[in-house]
Amino acid sequence: MDLNFTDEELAFRDEARRFFRTAIPQSIRAKVAEGEGLTKDDMVTSQRILNQHGWCTVNWPVAWGGKDWSPVQIYLYQDEMQQADVPTPIAFNVSMVGPVIAQFGSEEQKQRFLPATANADIFWCQGFSEPGSGSDLASLRTRAERKGDKYIVNGQKIWTTLAQYADWIFCLVRTDTAVKQQEGISFLLIDMKTPGITVRPIITIDGGREVNEVFFDNVEVPVENLVGQENKGWDYAKFLLGNERTGIARVGNSKAKVIRIKELASLEFAGGRPLIEDTKFREKLAAVEIELKALEMTQLRVVADERKLEKGRQNPASSILKLKGSVIQQQLTELLMDVVGPYAMPYQRDFDGNNEPAIGPEYASEAAPMYFNYRKVSIYGGSNEIQRNIIAKAILGL
Amino acid sequence: MDFDLSDDQRLLKESVDRLIADQYKFEQRKKYLTEPKGWSDAVYAQLAELGLLGLTFEETLGGFGGGPVETMIVMEAFGRGLVLEPFFPTVILGGGLLRRAGSPGLLGGLAPAITAGKLKLAFAHIERHSRYDLGDVATTARKEGGAWLLNGAKSLVLHGDTADKIFVTARTSGAQRDRDGVGLFLIDANAPGVSRRGYFNQDRLRAAEITLSNVRVSGDGVLGESMLPTIEHVIDEAIAALCAEAVGAMQVMHDTTLDYMKTRKQFGRTIGSFQVLQHRSVDMLVALEQARSMAMFAAVMAAEENPIERKRAIAAAKAQIGRSGHLIGEEAVQIHGGIGMTNEYSVGHSFKRMTMIGQMYGDADAHLAVLASLGGLFGKAA
Repeated sequence: MDLNFTDEELAFRDEARRFFRTAIPQSIRAKVAEGEGLTKDDMVTSQRILNQHGWCTVNWPVAWGGKDWSPVQIYLYQDEMQQADVPTPIAFNVSMVGPVIAQFGSEEQKQRFLPATANADIFWCQGFSEPGSGSDLASLRTRAERKGDKYIVNGQKIWTTLAQYADWIFCLVRTDTAVKQQEGISFLLIDMKTPGITVRPIITIDGGREVNEVFFDNVEVPVENLVGQENKGWDYAKFLLGNERTGIARVGNSKAKVIRIKELASLEFAGGRPLIEDTKFREKLAAVEIELKALEMTQLRVVADERKLEKGRQNPASSILKLKGSVIQQQLTELLMDVVGPYAMPYQRDFDGNNEPAIGPEYASEAAPMYFNYRKVSIYGGSNEIQRNIIAKAILGL
Repeated sequence: MDFDLSDDQRLLKESVDRLIADQYKFEQRKKYLTEPKGWSDAVYAQLAELGLLGLTFEETLGGFGGGPVETMIVMEAFGRGLVLEPFFPTVILGGGLLRRAGSPGLLGGLAPAITAGKLKLAFAHIERHSRYDLGDVATTARKEGGAWLLNGAKSLVLHGDTADKIFVTARTSGAQRDRDGVGLFLIDANAPGVSRRGYFNQDRLRAAEITLSNVRVSGDGVLGESMLPTIEHVIDEAIAALCAEAVGAMQVMHDTTLDYMKTRKQFGRTIGSFQVLQHRSVDMLVALEQARSMAMFAAVMAAEENPIERKRAIAAAKAQIGRSGHLIGEEAVQIHGGIGMTNEYSVGHSFKRMTMIGQMYGDADAHLAVLASLGGLFGKAA
């Protein structure tokens, strides 16, 4: 047992650290650090730089631009990227639909979509959740009826993140209503410009527009846009959701937040002294740091174990990554809000696009919105209650 | 980076696991508790036979040559069995002080006897007022001729009642809470002027109150006149060892509770089918895995020579262990219901040991305060 990285691993880490901090524009990384929303252009620019370097789709098959990296290298890559405040490559492209097409898609689909998906020439969004199908995803009702060489799609998706930017959407649709719910679902790729699609924004409690409703009204989709086999979509969805096991803890992001909290807490004053000197504040932060360190170690254990596990089997520790990682992210946004104190109050998103001076310090304006926004991380991707159900069943055998 | 055990470590783990499985079933442990010392001479002899009492001594001294990882392996197994014998004070505390502070002559002279199970050690450092501060020492050491005379009262000395030799801290100079002037001495437990009162702790491990009245010590028995940094390093290693023991105890509580949930029926179904209990069981698992991760972190950092970096890590680990331990112990008893309250059932005993580990060398809040004062874990130390 040796918990130190090898010389090769350290060299790789240093290379990654240098690359992320020099190749990605500072202006973009600063936005990530401050929790300011990224524009589509920011995301695409950053992803293209990574892709050009061959460091975008590292988890894809090597034939399609993936890397034959060890789990430790993948961990270091993610950790350094997150610590450098580099935007994570568009998840819908790189973590979700890309691997599904690479695994289950036809040769034509791979040629047509994979390079464009890697380079963010196509911006994808994800059409899974529906108004009546949140945690109970398999109950989804958006219909796709086969008519000759087309599917006719009718229904509604919700919580569709960044649909306003998306060129394409990958959807779970119901193609058979006569069978068990899970067995009548298919995985369809749909061009967002197709007539009959309407996108309507949902403004979230932080005042931001990340999510949308997407309506399908007799939308015609060519059958060649079906991924894999009809009615096997549920299997592909499970593959997609199980694909990302370790990055989801976002340990690197949280480490960067801890450091930022310490920096800002030395600028803010409480009782005439820098807040960072306040014992109670320090202990509150230290308590989260301990959980974060433990999670980092847990993640390293999962990473080290991945080499040994046969595909598809999970280390029990992996199941806690999302559960604990989400809570830590939320606690840190709360602490960040504590740091700015009363200057969490002004709602400054109305100032966007004009030159009004900020009220209070620049860094305060996103503190409360980020706190509100991060309530989502224990809800999306299977709420923490669903995660507990899964762990109880799959790991504890209850 | 590699979490795998080496071949030697795997063999060590197998033999310790087997010992615990064979010799430390709940009913066997109950029997050991009724023996005169409150633990089993036969088991202690077996620890010697397996070479465990020489775990941390160099091979040239007849030891196993083990480091923090070997200690972790052994202590985790001992935590599963709730081992009663004086391994921890003899090997971890005593052995640690000998290795780090003893003269080559002292170390070479005592290591074989310790390894053979013929010499048991204890470390007397707590005083009524000192709480978790190793430097708060009122016991005095006064030089007289070529010897030192020790006077004072030491409290809560683990296995102090059966130890053959006892390490003692005593102030050689300075005020009661000065970091300088904390001397370290090794005395015979039966030396003139030493009186001991033995008793059980809550977890049924033994301890003693010790008074020192003009206890004379000289030569090799004087390890140093100002030894606090060395003592702190040994205690940090001891905390790492306790973290591993705690993980063993937590693992058993989690496993036992899970088994109970799968067999105990109420309202015509197993209680494990109730979602509210499932979710709590998952939270126990999370607490356990977080604790295990930090016990590993502590083991790796225990050898760190930079005291600040080491302290940050050890404080973080002990705080995590304290938090996880309370959650798992309390939930284990709660989910068992009435049976969890009885002395006849195993879970309560793991809970008690876990809880006492929480009180040793600083509870979770004390370590959180230490970590906070050092600037936390990430970024530069304060």
